[in-house]
Amino acid sequence: MIDTTPKRLALFNFWIAFGSFALACVFGMYQVLERSGLLTFIQSPAVYFASVSTHGVLMAFVLTTFFIMGFGYYTATTSLNMPIWNPTLAWAGYGVCLTGVVLAAIPLLLGKASVLYTFYPPIQANAFFYIGATLLVVGSWFWTAIMIVMFGKWKKAHPGETVPLPMFATTANAYLWAWTSAGVALEAVFQLLPWSLGLKDTIDVGLARTLFAWTLHPIVYFWLIPAYIALYSYVPVAAGGKLFSDKLARVAFLLILVFGLPIGFHHLYMDPEQGTIAKFWHMVGTFAVSLPTLLTGFTVIASLELAGRKRGGKGLFGWIGALPWQNPMVLAAILSLLMLVLGGFGGIVNASYAMNAMIHNTAWVPGHFHLIFAGTVVTMYLALAYQLWPKLCGKKLFSNDLALTQLWTWFVGMAIMTTPWHVLGLLGQPRRISSVQYNSLLTLAWKPYELLMILGGLVLLGSAGLFVYILFKTQTEGAIEAQAVEETPLQSEVAVSLWLNNFVPWNLLILGLMLLSYGWPILQFFVLKTYNPTAWGY
Amino acid sequence: MNPNSWISKTRSELGLILQDMQIEHLEKNWIYLATAMIGFMVVILSIGAVFLHLNPPSHWETIDSASLHLGGEFAEDKLGVQPSKPSDVIIQVKLVAARYGFFPREIVVPADKKIQFRMASLDVLHGAHIPMTNMSTMIVPGHISEVTTVFPKPGEYPLLCNEYCGMGHDHMWSKVTVLSQNDWDARKNEGKQP
Repeated sequence: MIDTTPKRLALFNFWIAFGSFALACVFGMYQVLERSGLLTFIQSPAVYFASVSTHGVLMAFVLTTFFIMGFGYYTATTSLNMPIWNPTLAWAGYGVCLTGVVLAAIPLLLGKASVLYTFYPPIQANAFFYIGATLLVVGSWFWTAIMIVMFGKWKKAHPGETVPLPMFATTANAYLWAWTSAGVALEAVFQLLPWSLGLKDTIDVGLARTLFAWTLHPIVYFWLIPAYIALYSYVPVAAGGKLFSDKLARVAFLLILVFGLPIGFHHLYMDPEQGTIAKFWHMVGTFAVSLPTLLTGFTVIASLELAGRKRGGKGLFGWIGALPWQNPMVLAAILSLLMLVLGGFGGIVNASYAMNAMIHNTAWVPGHFHLIFAGTVVTMYLALAYQLWPKLCGKKLFSNDLALTQLWTWFVGMAIMTTPWHVLGLLGQPRRISSVQYNSLLTLAWKPYELLMILGGLVLLGSAGLFVYILFKTQTEGAIEAQAVEETPLQSEVAVSLWLNNFVPWNLLILGLMLLSYGWPILQFFVLKTYNPTAWGY
Repeated sequence: MNPNSWISKTRSELGLILQDMQIEHLEKNWIYLATAMIGFMVVILSIGAVFLHLNPPSHWETIDSASLHLGGEFAEDKLGVQPSKPSDVIIQVKLVAARYGFFPREIVVPADKKIQFRMASLDVLHGAHIPMTNMSTMIVPGHISEVTTVFPKPGEYPLLCNEYCGMGHDHMWSKVTVLSQNDWDARKNEGKQP
């Protein structure tokens, strides 16, 4: 039972998400070209840093938030088989988010907010940038509330039943987002907004960095969970098999929720203002949170193997060839997992405490997160779009072959771009420079890798264009499909105990862990004497 | 027994919890293996931290960035490689990070000796990194960063700013020359080095 409201909500959210994605890819192409120094007439730090700030905001905040909201509304209605609770609230949230994006976009595009998407003070942007970013977060809380209420309503109506896995995971993500966004919200409301509006002259930079680190790590799990929902709930069906273990999937989502939160200081390893013990504790948590990803890898690959063997695959690896590679969802899962393995190795290096000194803020870091986010996560977003567009529009996918081409080119482009990026980091190139100006022999070794990255950027831009073209064609010219029986994602059959069917104990556990991990690190800025700088331009 | 009594409810819940714990043996083996891998890595890092003192640079010491130039250890005449005796275990280097350079712009230090960098920012966030070495730290306005390292290989190294600090960020770097012990001693005898 899915009426037009969730379909419209999903489509409206998705178009903002993917429109921003395509635009951000254009900025990305400019950056890779500008940075290489190949064309001197496009060299400009002012344009580059405005572009990189916009690219980051569009990809990390706009694409993700709108996609996750749209996907959440769709998942809640299909998986729980109930209408959206309070659609007016959902549309209001959409409006608040969109207003925020427009308000932030104006200074960004005018070069008045070139503070990067991490907006590290004391460099100050135009106040509208902070107001816009805050509204985007506030609007997303409307979605958070709707997801949590729908989860509760369904459980009340179905006592003793197990909440379907896709909605269980979506609700886990809603809680995760509520916890995650609190850090940056506190920074915005108590520090950035009053400071940028001129109500306060100075800003405590150490506190701002600590609050941002609170958000900066778990936010990547907020982005990742929809990709994992696709891997658990859509991929096994698309491959012609079943999910290997529903229970382990729930455990993985809960572990992400709990361990994803209290670990943000691996972004501050090189900072003076946090102590050794806090950093060590966050390091242990960072390693712990790799467990759910290892479990996910196991369960998804096991599910694919079940499907491959069912389709006649023999031998140790024969099942891989027997998988339906022509199915976009299955292809995306395989490519996405490949990039997750490689990106995961890089992540272990980043997490490795003192070893982080070798790669901190070098080109290795964007290489890593492009592999994991733009690779693993976005690839699954693309596959979900191909899966859902026909259902949302009631039309056949414009071309399955083009969709496969698009997924392959995205993968190849990402491989061509991120491999040299990692190498550049190991060769010491800083991540946030617009050109190479150092008078040092070392920089000669950087040149070939920068040129190779242009090729990666070109392939990726072409792939992103193709993606939007396929969606547009599907919606406008796709053959009308007779409304078939609504295909629901994989549902749960097993009964599970309270522990795996609600979030109360886990939220309490998180509260304890957050107090332990962030209690003193935040309190110290209020207890100890700090000198706060005034605002600086750029 | 009444199925709605709290005893039967608890019993069925306990049954479900036991059922939750029953998982397929392959899954169980994988969980053990994954946990062991993660545990192994954490143990290695812990040994490094506790016994080899391999920790990231942490150092709580605040300073008023707006008045660095007015006096104290980061006044202009106090910067650079600090005077040392041959018996000193650590050589201290004081630098100010400011748009767009680390001041003084050129320093000379010996190889195979502990070098302690003390750095403060005059303006915004900066990051200091010497490529191919583990000399790395963020420089946060209002805080003093302290990082100690040993350079095993003599040569010329760039000290780069690796945190976006404004439109001139690309140009923010300084030169660090690492001399072999012999060259360092010779230079010292010539009276060039404090």
